[in-house]
Amino acid sequence: MALCVNEKEIVVPGEVLATGMDNLPASGTFRDGDQIIASRLGIMEVSGRLIRIIPLSGNYLPKRGDTVIARVTDVTLSGWRMDINSPYLAMLSLKDATSRFIKKGSDLTQFFDLGDFVAIKIINVTTQKITDLSMRGPGLKKLPEGRIIYVTPSKVPRIIGKEGSMVSMVKKNLDCRILVGQNGVIWLNGSPKAELLAVETIRKIEREAHINGLTDRVGRFLEERLKQEAPSSVEK
Amino acid sequence: MNKDSKEHMLKSLRENLRFDGRRLSDFREISLELGVSDSAEGSARVRIGDTEVIAGVKLGVESPYPDTPDQGNLIVGTELLPIANPAFEPGPPGTESIEISRVVDRGIRESKVIDIKALCITPGEKVWAVNIDICSINDSGNLIDCAALATVAAIKDTVFPEFDGESVDYKKKSSKRLPLAKSRMPVTVTVVKIGEHLIVDPGFEEEAAIDARLTVASTAEGVICSMQKGGDKAISTEDVSSMIDLALLKAREISKVVERA
Amino acid sequence: MGYDKRFDGRRADQMREIEARVGVIPRADGSAYFRIGRTIAYAAVYGPRNLYPRFLQDPSKGILRCRYNMMPFSGSGERVRPGGNRRSKEISMVTENALMPVLNLDDFPNAVVDVFIELPQTDSGTRCAGICAASMALADAGISMRDLVTSVSVGKVGSSLLVDLTYDEEAYEDEPVSDVPVAILPRTGQISLLQMDGEIEKDELIRLLDMAKKACWGIYEVQKAALKERFNCVKAD
Repeated sequence: MALCVNEKEIVVPGEVLATGMDNLPASGTFRDGDQIIASRLGIMEVSGRLIRIIPLSGNYLPKRGDTVIARVTDVTLSGWRMDINSPYLAMLSLKDATSRFIKKGSDLTQFFDLGDFVAIKIINVTTQKITDLSMRGPGLKKLPEGRIIYVTPSKVPRIIGKEGSMVSMVKKNLDCRILVGQNGVIWLNGSPKAELLAVETIRKIEREAHINGLTDRVGRFLEERLKQEAPSSVEK
Repeated sequence: MNKDSKEHMLKSLRENLRFDGRRLSDFREISLELGVSDSAEGSARVRIGDTEVIAGVKLGVESPYPDTPDQGNLIVGTELLPIANPAFEPGPPGTESIEISRVVDRGIRESKVIDIKALCITPGEKVWAVNIDICSINDSGNLIDCAALATVAAIKDTVFPEFDGESVDYKKKSSKRLPLAKSRMPVTVTVVKIGEHLIVDPGFEEEAAIDARLTVASTAEGVICSMQKGGDKAISTEDVSSMIDLALLKAREISKVVERA
Repeated sequence: MGYDKRFDGRRADQMREIEARVGVIPRADGSAYFRIGRTIAYAAVYGPRNLYPRFLQDPSKGILRCRYNMMPFSGSGERVRPGGNRRSKEISMVTENALMPVLNLDDFPNAVVDVFIELPQTDSGTRCAGICAASMALADAGISMRDLVTSVSVGKVGSSLLVDLTYDEEAYEDEPVSDVPVAILPRTGQISLLQMDGEIEKDELIRLLDMAKKACWGIYEVQKAALKERFNCVKAD
C-alpha cells in the first residue's frame, strides 16, 4: 500500500500521507521526493489518485465567484470598502453597486451605510489579493437587521450541505431565515428563541463536520430540542 | 455595533433572552483554581465562561511611601496580553488596562481586606510590598469582574517567602499567610445597561452594545467599597439604585464560590 | 566526582514531564499550551490579518511576527518588570527564525501572522517551550506548514551531556555548564534554532545535537497527539 494514513483520518502538517509515485498531491499537501506530505491540519481525502487535506481551521481567503457576507467599513468618493472576514479589505465601486444612475457627489450612505451587512459577490481577486465586489446578481442585497455569527470558513460546505440541504433543514424546522456566506459569516433572522436554537445547531454542525452521519445527527438533534421546548414557546 | 444589530439584540433582551441563551441576570459558569504559578507567592486562575484571567502576587521588601511610613505598599497592574483578544496589542498599558488596575486596586484597598499596617517591618524603613499582576488569557467579555475575582483569589493563596531581615529568599516559602480579614473580601460585579435593560457578566458581543455600566465592589457583609461608572451614556438615580441591587445580589452568590476555593 | 547524578533523578537523556493542549484560547485563530516540568508556555496565533503600518508589509508574502513575554510573577526571584527587554526581544527574534523555515505564507501577501507567547511560570527552557507551543498554535490556526517545529535545550554540566536542563542545573556552581537550546524540524531532522553559551568541544556538541533530535521526536509525538485530540475529542451524539 502506498497510503500511510487511513482515509478520513486527522493529520498534522509534516505528516507523511503516502509513499511512491502512484498518488498525486492536491490542496493541503506537497511532494518531497517519493513522499506526499500534509501541509495543513485536517482530514485526509483520496479521490482517484489525488490526495488532499480538508482543513479543519484557517481564515478565509477571497475567491472569485464566492458569495460572501460583508460589512461596510468605509465610504469613499467612488464606492465602499468592506470587511469580508479575511486579511484583506474588499472594494465595491459605484458601477458595480447598482444599475441606477448615481449623480456625482451624492451621499453614498443612502445605499450602504457604515456597519451595514450585505450579501455580495466577489468578482475579481488579484495576486496581491486586491478584491472587487459586485451587487449585481440574484440574491445579492443589503441585509435587514439580524444576528451575525462567525464560523470556520472551511466548515461552510457542511453547514450549507448538498445543494443547500443542511441549511434548509435548519430553516424549515425553526422558522428562521439564514444566509450563509462562503467567508464563514452567517446572518440569521427569526424569533429570539428560534435564532438561539439555529445558532446552537450551526455550532454543532461546525464542531462535528468531520464525523460521519452528520445529516441524521442534526435532524435528530433538532427534533429532540423542539420537543424539549414547550410547543408554544417556539413561534411557528 | 450598528443600529440594526443593536435593535436586534434589544428584541431578544425584551424576552429576557440573551444571544448565548442566558437570562439577563445570569452569570456564566465561574471556576476558580489556586496556586497556578509556583513562581508567584500567590496565584489564581479564574474562568467566567470562556473568559480567563491569571493573577499573581509577588512580595518584596521595599521602603514605604513617605506619607504612609507604617504601611505596606500595594500595587496592582493589569497586562491585557495580546494572546487574549485580537484587538489587544503588545506595549505599555492603555486606558482600558489602567482602568481595570485602578478599579481592582480600589476594591482591595478600600475594603481593607489586607491589613496593610501588619505589612510594616520597620516604620519609615522597610515594609512588604504586595505586587498584584493581572494577566488576561482569553477575553470573551467581562474581564473586569474576572480580574477582580482572580485578584481576591490570588491574595487568599499568598504565602510569605523567608526573610532574614536583610534579603528575601524566594526559594523558601514560610508558613505565614498574608494578613487578611476574610469578612471584608471584596467581590466585584459589573452591571451593564443596554437600552432599557440591565444585565450582568456581558459577553464580548454584548460589550459592543453597552450604553452604560456600573462596577460595584462590595464585601461579604454587604458594604459597598468602591464603584466605577463607565460607558458613554448617562444614567439616572433609579438606574444606580437598581444596578446596585443587582450587583449586591450577584456578589452574594459569587462570594460563596470564593469561600469554597 | 562530577555531576553524574541529576538533582531530580532523571537519566541524562530524559526530559521532564511534558503536557500539551491545543485550542486553549477561544478568541485566537490558533492556540496551544505546552508544559515541560515547571515551565509553562501559552501561544496564541492571530492571522493572517491586516498589517499596519503599511511600510511593514511585504507584497510578495505574509510576514511572521513573534512576541515572547514572561508574566511579571513568572520568574524564580523578584518580580519581572512588564514590557520587553533586550532578552525578550532577542528570544522573540530567534523564535521567528526557528518557525519561519516550515511556514508557507506565499498566499498572504501584505498580511501578518502574529504569534504571542506568554509564560505564567518558568524553570529554564522557556524559549524552547514557547517554540513548541507556537508551532502547535500555528497548525491549529490552519497555517500552511511543511512540518511542525520541536524544541528542547541540551547541555553539559561538568562532564555529563544532558537533555532538558533545569534552572538548578544551569546554575550548577562546582563545574562548568553549557546550555544549548535547539529546535528541530522532526521530519527532516534539520535545525532551526541553535544557541550556545558556556564551553564545549565540537564533537560533544554533535553528540548533544543527536540527543536533542531523539528528545524532539518524543516531543513531536506529544504535539501530534494534542493536535489530533482537539478534534478527536469531539464525540458525535
